[in-house]
Amino acid sequence: MIESIVGSLNAGAKYIIPLLLVGIPFYALSVKKVKVYEVFVAGAKDGFTIAVRIIPYLVAILVAVGMFRASGALDLLLNFMAPVLNFIGFPPENLPLALMRPLSGSGSLGLLTDLVNEHGADSLTAKIGATMFGSSETTFYVLAVYFGSVAVTRSRHALVAGLTADAVGALSAVFFCKLLLT
Amino acid sequence: MLNYIWFGMMAISVVAAIFTGRIDAVTEAAINMSKTAVEISIGLIGIMALWLGIMKIAEESGLIKIIARGLRPITIRLFPDVPADHPAIGSIVLNMAANMLGLGNAATPLGLKAMEELQELNPKKDTATNAMVMFLAINTSSVQLIVPATVVALMGVAASQIFITTILATLCSTVTAIFMVKMLEKTKTFSVENAS
Repeated sequence: MIESIVGSLNAGAKYIIPLLLVGIPFYALSVKKVKVYEVFVAGAKDGFTIAVRIIPYLVAILVAVGMFRASGALDLLLNFMAPVLNFIGFPPENLPLALMRPLSGSGSLGLLTDLVNEHGADSLTAKIGATMFGSSETTFYVLAVYFGSVAVTRSRHALVAGLTADAVGALSAVFFCKLLLT
Repeated sequence: MLNYIWFGMMAISVVAAIFTGRIDAVTEAAINMSKTAVEISIGLIGIMALWLGIMKIAEESGLIKIIARGLRPITIRLFPDVPADHPAIGSIVLNMAANMLGLGNAATPLGLKAMEELQELNPKKDTATNAMVMFLAINTSSVQLIVPATVVALMGVAASQIFITTILATLCSTVTAIFMVKMLEKTKTFSVENAS
């Protein structure tokens, strides 16, 4: 049952973007007589400015994240946190992924790949990992890009709220996988 | 806040690298990542242009307004400072929809458009507004209705099992994000006046 729902959802998902690309101009042209080509070009012009505007913010955040990953600081943090997490039943194999997820998309995908290769896609470890990966975003990257695009430097409570949500997301991934998939 | 975290991450990295003997790797990472950051930004130009163009058509045809009006009961509670018929609401809603459906490529341009429109309402341009922080928090904790394509590719048949766990876990994280933002925005530490 679930498999067929998931199958059709994923099959449907690949039609969404083409449908939007055709559907929106179709509605505009047929119902509102909008000059779609001219309006498209006028809107698209901003793409360049926004992309260039985020460069300095992205450099700042990604360099810090890259140094953090390369230094082995993450491993030190893991050793430090392991006893506490063991106590609450958080599987130690999934901890690196949970910590990496808010920092780096490619890094966490690499860790997930390792988990799947090592434990097999059918293992609880891999399922917890995949749930974690799907249930959280690269918070640092999103923060840099979104705030950077409008030159906001004082982010207030955004990072605290985002990281708390990431932590709850990781913990609930463990909880629901243990509850439903064992 | 970002000042301390940014500096802290780099300082911890250098200290940790001295202990782990990975100082060369840290230098290399710093140089490579600055390159990567530019490549990512430049790579965004095309996708940004495409979606901003389509969005402009949606705006001119009044589609955005229709969507914004339909979801007004929800958005008015999440973003009380944003007028219900403001174009930002339309972009926010579309960004959330794109995120839920796992359309990352479409989500970023829509999100940046929303930020630009929220910035128009911002009296203090270098400081995030309540609405911006709420938007960002919901965005990073987004409810995920479709398991990302990369995960499906990795997990194969087992991907169908993590469908429900992903929805439930993201529901929890989104509720947490909304709760945290609403709670923290009233505190003195994170007020607009004390913002850092």
